[in-house]
Amino acid sequence: MKGQETQRESILIVDDSEMNRSILADMLLDEFDITEAEDGAQAIDILQREGGKFSLVLLDIVMPNVDGFGVLLEMNRTRAIEDLPVIMISSETASAQIERAYELGATDFIIRPFDAAIVHRRVLNTILLYTKQKKLIGIIEAQINEKEQNNSLMVDILSHIVEFRNGESGLHILHVRTITDHLLRKLAKKTDKYALTDWEISIIGMASALHDIGKIGIDDKILNKPGKLTPEEFAVMKTHSMIGARMLEGLTVHKGNPLIRKAYEICRWHHERYDGRGYPDGLKGDEIPISAQIVALADVYDALTSERVYKPPFSHEAALQMIQNGECGAFNPLLLECLSEEAELIRASLAAEAGGRIPRHEIRNFTDATLHAKGTSASDRTLKLLDYERMKFNFYAELTEEIQFEYIVESDLLKLSPWGAKKFGVTTEIVCPAKSKELCEQLGAAWFEGLRAYYFKRITPENAEFHHECLLKIGGEERWYNVIMRAMFTDDIPPRIGSVIGKLVDIHEVHTAMEELRESSIRDPLTGLLNRAGALEEIEQKLKNYPERKYTLAVFDIDKFKNANDEYGHLFGDKVLCEVAERVMHNTRAGDVCARIGGDEFLIVFEHTVEIQPIVARIFHAICGKVGDFDLTVSMGIAEMTEEGESYKEIFRRADLALYVCKNAGRASYTFYDPSME
Amino acid sequence: MTLQECYLALGGNYDDVIGRLRSERLVQKFVLKFPADGSYELLLSSVASGNAEEAFRAAHTIKGMCQNLGFSELAASSSQLTEALRGGDLSGADAYLPAVKRDYERTVAAIKEFEANL
Repeated sequence: MKGQETQRESILIVDDSEMNRSILADMLLDEFDITEAEDGAQAIDILQREGGKFSLVLLDIVMPNVDGFGVLLEMNRTRAIEDLPVIMISSETASAQIERAYELGATDFIIRPFDAAIVHRRVLNTILLYTKQKKLIGIIEAQINEKEQNNSLMVDILSHIVEFRNGESGLHILHVRTITDHLLRKLAKKTDKYALTDWEISIIGMASALHDIGKIGIDDKILNKPGKLTPEEFAVMKTHSMIGARMLEGLTVHKGNPLIRKAYEICRWHHERYDGRGYPDGLKGDEIPISAQIVALADVYDALTSERVYKPPFSHEAALQMIQNGECGAFNPLLLECLSEEAELIRASLAAEAGGRIPRHEIRNFTDATLHAKGTSASDRTLKLLDYERMKFNFYAELTEEIQFEYIVESDLLKLSPWGAKKFGVTTEIVCPAKSKELCEQLGAAWFEGLRAYYFKRITPENAEFHHECLLKIGGEERWYNVIMRAMFTDDIPPRIGSVIGKLVDIHEVHTAMEELRESSIRDPLTGLLNRAGALEEIEQKLKNYPERKYTLAVFDIDKFKNANDEYGHLFGDKVLCEVAERVMHNTRAGDVCARIGGDEFLIVFEHTVEIQPIVARIFHAICGKVGDFDLTVSMGIAEMTEEGESYKEIFRRADLALYVCKNAGRASYTFYDPSME
Repeated sequence: MTLQECYLALGGNYDDVIGRLRSERLVQKFVLKFPADGSYELLLSSVASGNAEEAFRAAHTIKGMCQNLGFSELAASSSQLTEALRGGDLSGADAYLPAVKRDYERTVAAIKEFEANL
């Protein structure tokens, strides 16, 4: 494997039998560095001195001095067992022994007599597994560190804002934090009464920086008054601890966060006194959380040793003396002990910080720069890509002359592509498009409601696309558009429509051509009436869509039309046909079906609610009458639909039969169907 | 005398040890080292001086080595002795020690002969 040549892993073999050790060593010598220990005591010693170098321990159980379990126990105590895998090798076969070894953290248990290949494989596997695990731990630690750093950066920035307003020295927060840290570490060494872990110490340290955030809520005039505060002003000033606590309490989202909890304790109670005479709650002794006790002490110490408008800085020694004498408040005696014992270290740390003093604005710049630098590589690239995509999108949008749009539901905002906006004569972004005057003028007042009712209710995340052809009047011109839309759903449960994207494609030319083509297939080119196929299609459509309505079908011929052709020529014949069509169109309603279904044969289907005889009579008389010199009369057969569900063919057959009867009876008349004609 | 014949003479399982340790050279090396291991002497002296704990560990070590080397007879007798001594009781030693002595001497004798003929 790569890298193994240069950096060999080390294995510690612990066995009291020289022979057993050398058997194992011999098997592993080629790939690993081997260290041997003769018994448990030696193993513990080696692990203590150079434990970090080993990747694995092979451990016997029965040994003089300290046995294998003893070694495991010690590794548990030092927590070495968490990072260093142990494979037990023993001839002990009692399950209680094996179980105990596993309980103490052994990774594996190999029973003698062992197979060399298996030992070799297990050793290799274990080392690989732990190497991988170490790498992962490293990655996670790096991430946690980064997060901690960001947290601490935010806290620093926030506390600097407070300081800036307070007009305090830029170092106060830093000092309080340093002193707090020293005191906490000392206290943790002295007693485990407060159960202070390393982690808790770092949290309290960070939270200490927020101890005065409540001062943001205090009037400037009081906060920065150069002279002594009046009792009233002091009462206002004292509210800052409660204000800070409330601010943190208000962060409901982060309520359980340990940093916020500690900061709350500190804000609220850093002016309490150990003797119970502090504010705001008058807590006494260890009723005051230890975090607040320590920050209170750190606060006082730094106030004493720093210069203020109303006092010169006291020396470190004088400050200690004043605190110990109880001149500046009452503190936990244990903390006072910590302070005096750590005094020298604290003084040195603070001096070091002062030496490295950085002006506030430079800290700002620095934090800005850091924040910026951190994100540069990723976000720059993303932004560039986004820019590129946008350019591409706009370019294509211009080329295709499509009206592209995006509607964001949440903000009720419609965005149009530049070309689309120009076409509509509006801006590219329209807030509340339903009320846009321009859009309503062009699309109709209820366009948005219509769209919402029709579209929003029909789509689902699985079926989010929608195509619809319609006639729209955009830019003063009525044209056919294909409306294509797609809803973008949110990740919520259930998903909501977050936005709708889409485009209006001008399909007027294609659509018109298609319409014409369709028309030509169903219309008689001479008269403009439907042809036989068109009539059939329309009538069947009517029967299907409105089967409950009453229909009447009239079919008629032009009497002696052949004579007109012969006598006056074909052109005149055409003229007669057109005249008939004209008269039919004038005397029927838009919804009626009128067709020329053969040479001189016509058909009318109309819906009726009243008696039909007068209607038929009116139409008949309207059609008849001279065309030029030709005395135009027709013969007409009429049949009513007698029952629901009757086919067109059947009604037509009856009307045709009536027409036949009419012609036999001498033409120039109309005849209603009668069952006796059958 | 071959190594295989040596195993036959000392009551061991040659095929087993070769199967596990994979190399005749290695097995031979460890077999030759066996007589020099001090565990047997430690066992005898511990029993003699009444140190049950030490005797147990010595017997246990012999058992472990024999298992590794495939010395089946000695592994079996030393295993019985180990169990008898477990818990710090020397009273069982008398019953099992002779068998261990017998097998150990047989084993060492076979190894010495093998070594002499190399």
